[in-house]
Amino acid sequence: MSDMDDMDEGSGIVKKFMFLNRKAPHGTVYALEGLEVVLITAAFDQDVSMVFTDDGVYQLLKGIDTKGIEVKDFSKTYRALDGYDIEKLYVDQASMDARGLTEDDLIVDVTTLSVAEMANLMAEQDVVISF
Amino acid sequence: MPMVDIAGKDYEVDEEGYLIDLSQWNEDVAKYMAVEEKVELTDSHWEVVNFLREYYAEYQIAPAVRVLTKAIGKKLGPDKGNNKYLYELFPYGPAKQACKIAGLPKPTGCI
Repeated sequence: MSDMDDMDEGSGIVKKFMFLNRKAPHGTVYALEGLEVVLITAAFDQDVSMVFTDDGVYQLLKGIDTKGIEVKDFSKTYRALDGYDIEKLYVDQASMDARGLTEDDLIVDVTTLSVAEMANLMAEQDVVISF
Repeated sequence: MPMVDIAGKDYEVDEEGYLIDLSQWNEDVAKYMAVEEKVELTDSHWEVVNFLREYYAEYQIAPAVRVLTKAIGKKLGPDKGNNKYLYELFPYGPAKQACKIAGLPKPTGCI
């Protein structure tokens, strides 16, 4: 990147943030609160990656219906991430396999990574935050 | 939570005056919020307000201003999807003010 580009970015420092989502979408506030933090981080023009692993992969399931538990269905919000320029969404292969899920079961396009690939990606980050 | 009386009906709002229950929204609420925000509603304002309500129905969030601007540009054209146009309609922040009038919560990432 040239000096000119740096100036166009203003005084902002851009760090690589990875948000690890490990928990099922409902029952705790982690998934929803984590998503809010992701949106705020993106609003500050940071480089954001989201990883869904363990029960966190359920956050991206298609066809979630929360009427019975009387909470907001925020799964649609994952489809707004694109508008926030958050395009790096990853799921953990083993977590998907263990739950019988494939990328077709998810409401957004993701990249499926093996444990080794995930470790490499994690090593590249400036900040890793787990929810 | 505070309550406000709009056209003879009680509505619950948060401490900044945003409507709590989105499903209670109607034109009377929008007009009341607009007066609170000192915005005179024209068709151009309604266009943005209705756009926000559609955006919320689809994504379940109130967009940050940058995202709103981009999304409006996509749907209504570049002459509307820019800061100048939107700030002329909503001088104290298009996302913040238009969301309030549309009965949505304060946008995430709006500080």
